Amino acid sequence: MKFAILVFPGSGCDIDMYHAVKDVIGNEAEYVGHMEADLERFDAVLIPTGASYGDYLRPGALAQTSPAIDSLKAFAASGKPVLGVGNGFQILTEAGLLPGAFLRNKGLKFRSGKAVLTVQNIDTPFTADYKNGQQITLPFAHQYGNYFLDEGTVSELKQSNRIVFTYADSNVDGSTEAIAGVLNEQGNVLGMMPLPERAVEEIIGGTDGLPLFNSILKRWSENNVSNV
Amino acid sequence: MSAMYEPNAQQIKNEKLYRQMGMTDEEFERAVGMLGRLPNYTETGLFSALWSEHCSYKSSKPVLRKFPTKGSRVLQGPGEGAGIVDIGDNQAAVFKMESHNSPSAIDPFIGAATGAGGVLRDVFSMGARPVALVNSLRFGDLSDARDRYLFEEAVSGIASYGNIIGIPTIAGEVQFDNCYSKRPLVNAMAVGLLNHEDIQKGIASGVGNSVMYAGAKTGRDGIHGATMSSAEVSVDVEAELPVMQAGDPFLEKLVMEACLELVKSDALIGIQDMGAAGLTSSAAEMASKAGYGVEMNLDLVPQREEGMTAYEMMLSESQERMLIVVKKGREQEVIDLFTRYDIEAVSIGKVTDDKMLRLLHKGELVAEVSADALAEDAPVYNKKSEEPAYFREFQAMEMIEPVVEDLNETLTALLKRPTIASKEWVYNQFDTHARRNTVVAPGSSAGVIRVDGTNKGLAMTADCNSRYVYLDPETGGKIAIAEAARNLVCSGAEPIAVTDCLNFGSADKPEVFWQFEKSADGISDACRKLNAPVISGNVSLSNEVNGVPIYPTPTIGMVGLVHDLSQVTTTEFKNAGDAIYLIGETAMDFGGSELQQMTEGKIFGKAPSIDLDVEAARQKGLLTAIQNKLVASATDLSEGGFAIALCEKAFGAEGLGAEVSISGSAVTALFSETQSRFLVTVKNENAEAFEKAVKDAVKIGRVTASDKIIIKGDGDTVLIDGTVNEFRSAWKGAIQCLLNSEA
Repeated sequence: MKFAILVFPGSGCDIDMYHAVKDVIGNEAEYVGHMEADLERFDAVLIPTGASYGDYLRPGALAQTSPAIDSLKAFAASGKPVLGVGNGFQILTEAGLLPGAFLRNKGLKFRSGKAVLTVQNIDTPFTADYKNGQQITLPFAHQYGNYFLDEGTVSELKQSNRIVFTYADSNVDGSTEAIAGVLNEQGNVLGMMPLPERAVEEIIGGTDGLPLFNSILKRWSENNVSNV
Repeated sequence: MSAMYEPNAQQIKNEKLYRQMGMTDEEFERAVGMLGRLPNYTETGLFSALWSEHCSYKSSKPVLRKFPTKGSRVLQGPGEGAGIVDIGDNQAAVFKMESHNSPSAIDPFIGAATGAGGVLRDVFSMGARPVALVNSLRFGDLSDARDRYLFEEAVSGIASYGNIIGIPTIAGEVQFDNCYSKRPLVNAMAVGLLNHEDIQKGIASGVGNSVMYAGAKTGRDGIHGATMSSAEVSVDVEAELPVMQAGDPFLEKLVMEACLELVKSDALIGIQDMGAAGLTSSAAEMASKAGYGVEMNLDLVPQREEGMTAYEMMLSESQERMLIVVKKGREQEVIDLFTRYDIEAVSIGKVTDDKMLRLLHKGELVAEVSADALAEDAPVYNKKSEEPAYFREFQAMEMIEPVVEDLNETLTALLKRPTIASKEWVYNQFDTHARRNTVVAPGSSAGVIRVDGTNKGLAMTADCNSRYVYLDPETGGKIAIAEAARNLVCSGAEPIAVTDCLNFGSADKPEVFWQFEKSADGISDACRKLNAPVISGNVSLSNEVNGVPIYPTPTIGMVGLVHDLSQVTTTEFKNAGDAIYLIGETAMDFGGSELQQMTEGKIFGKAPSIDLDVEAARQKGLLTAIQNKLVASATDLSEGGFAIALCEKAFGAEGLGAEVSISGSAVTALFSETQSRFLVTVKNENAEAFEKAVKDAVKIGRVTASDKIIIKGDGDTVLIDGTVNEFRSAWKGAIQCLLNSEA
């Protein structure tokens, strides 16, 4: 399976994602620059965190004007998995691939730490390896992570079971309904503020992020084995 | 178009205009003697900037020579952008600490942010990838609204720069004392890694090679401090532009990535950050270090504003700019490289063989000065030093134990002191784990980062108890080094080298200069004894408000090597049932202690004494025990003494408490700040081996599976009895509480 890691100027944590996929999971991964439009040859696209364009204007607002966004949209439409974490999630909402928008954290400051999440939906290409209702701990680090949705969108997401993660004990950034991760309508694009790629080694941030990457791999191998 | 009136050479001399640029009459005469003529306005500016204390260390040099700077690991000592130490396997650690105190006193957000930005450039200009940031901050005690503002904004600024550029902040310290009221200290340290073959230096060599400029355009920011306002007549609104240099971390990220690619190219000869005194210092220093000259055409310098003069361009401190020397004929590939990162790079001059810094502007020769004269030949002053009266008074005092009525309440009150309280409010604003190598984040004795692709780690810390340094600069200097080393040892690291930020009052005051000298003596002794040479650093003098100097604050940044990451040890309790050991005897040491400050509202008396032989032996013994995995948790005893350290060990753990017994006077046993002490926990199966390895460890109790902290004294009297939760919440919420108290 081939992962693309989509890199915008300032995507400082591209290496975290690369390391998780390449060194820890042992899979193929390649950086793809924001000026490149060739995503078709990949099986999944990962959009890392960091501060694309310095978070200037609004996090994700400038990145979504890059040439790579058109091919990202085509890639997402093809049904292959797309994962955006942190700033990657912000870019996905700015690009219109996921609903909602981001406000400054409650308390207004940048916050980092570890968040306990509840896995709300395991019927996705990203979460099959978790258990329903499982509590996992993932690092987070953001200033604009207060995910805002209007009431209509919230009930729509609930009805279609697209809320994948919620903050369990403490809503660290003040997000609507404590939502920490959501899917698009098709179910193949996941955005989340906590950072699974920083929780793939016991010595660094624990291993609660590993099942997420393993889930993507598993779904891909199932599909590809059945295709043969 | 701005019309700038520049006085001519004769006017500068006759009207002594150089004084407004900070030059003395003697210094001006010295410059005239070197030139063999009167300097023009631009040239006077070059001399005044490079002969400033900040660039030339003219007052501090004789003192800095005391520091041991050599060692088997040292690859680059002081004199370059940052120092370099070998960490084995052909890898090296590169680090430096720098102050940004004055800018932070004016605009704390921008000042602190550019402090982080500048020290990062120092590190990547050596060819190293920055892997971690550390900071050391000092503010007034938060009772004043201005101090709360300075604190909040400086933390935001330093966080913003580090978070956006994507480099984790993994350690730091913050202390509060009213001697820093309205005069905060913002010291930022950056640590990088490189392979030996990638080491770069800031040199301009090889006649005909190109001098290139890369990064942000040059504006009029940052020059005001060196500009003589009365002689400068600006006829339009440009004079009202903010004069402080602003930072752009996004641009720096691009410049950094481009430079790290450039250092792999054999087209590169030398590279240096345009830091203090901007283009002037980088050009003169690079030429002087290499024994060559540099000629630059200032028309080619990328400019943000119209009508900039040579003087303004040379003295601008616009951020995110690099000066680069590349082989002749290879300019285009360097331009192409930077273009790929959306960064402007342009040739602005060439290397010459005449050792002169020659500047052309609008077809005219505007400056022609020996590069050595600027960079090397600043005067060196042996400042007057005098033992202050307060020191003699303090030394003559008998130590008295502060009177405490309720021990539990005193402990709670100490836990709420901002210097002791949890710094979560600060470090939760930092991205502590960016780039996936943070093994120990802020909150333990030291931060630890994994050396990419290896099983080694770098531990790092910043420390300085300036109260001790004030009471007794020599002892305080020793303690600053010892304490930093203790933090590393407790994390499982071998201390390997030191960087420093020497923050003092005005060196023109003999009492202040005495503090400076004495603390340098103490630092030097301790560095020698603990085998940790000084490889880089920075001096910040004139930290005063209304003529009152701050406490002498020689902040120590120290880096240690973790040979095997499985040896990393942290502060918090690990298992119920583990034995708790206190290493080191306790004496009545309350001079400069947190308890003294709290109960008396001031500090006085003798600083705690320190025996460096005992210190070195204890550190060595404990480190060996930790490396042999005999120790479950470790911390040193510092501000607030034993009771505080014991609490902190419980705070980081979930559901663990402690029951211990201590002897002697309760107040001393609980709160004295005697040096060279450690508190560790050991699993029962390792107890025997541990006791053999660390002979002066005394078993005082056990970690319990309860939420209680119980400390008993002589005859089993209960001294402290409280729940971990009540103590923790006092400690955890204190800083937020102080910030909310603004009314």
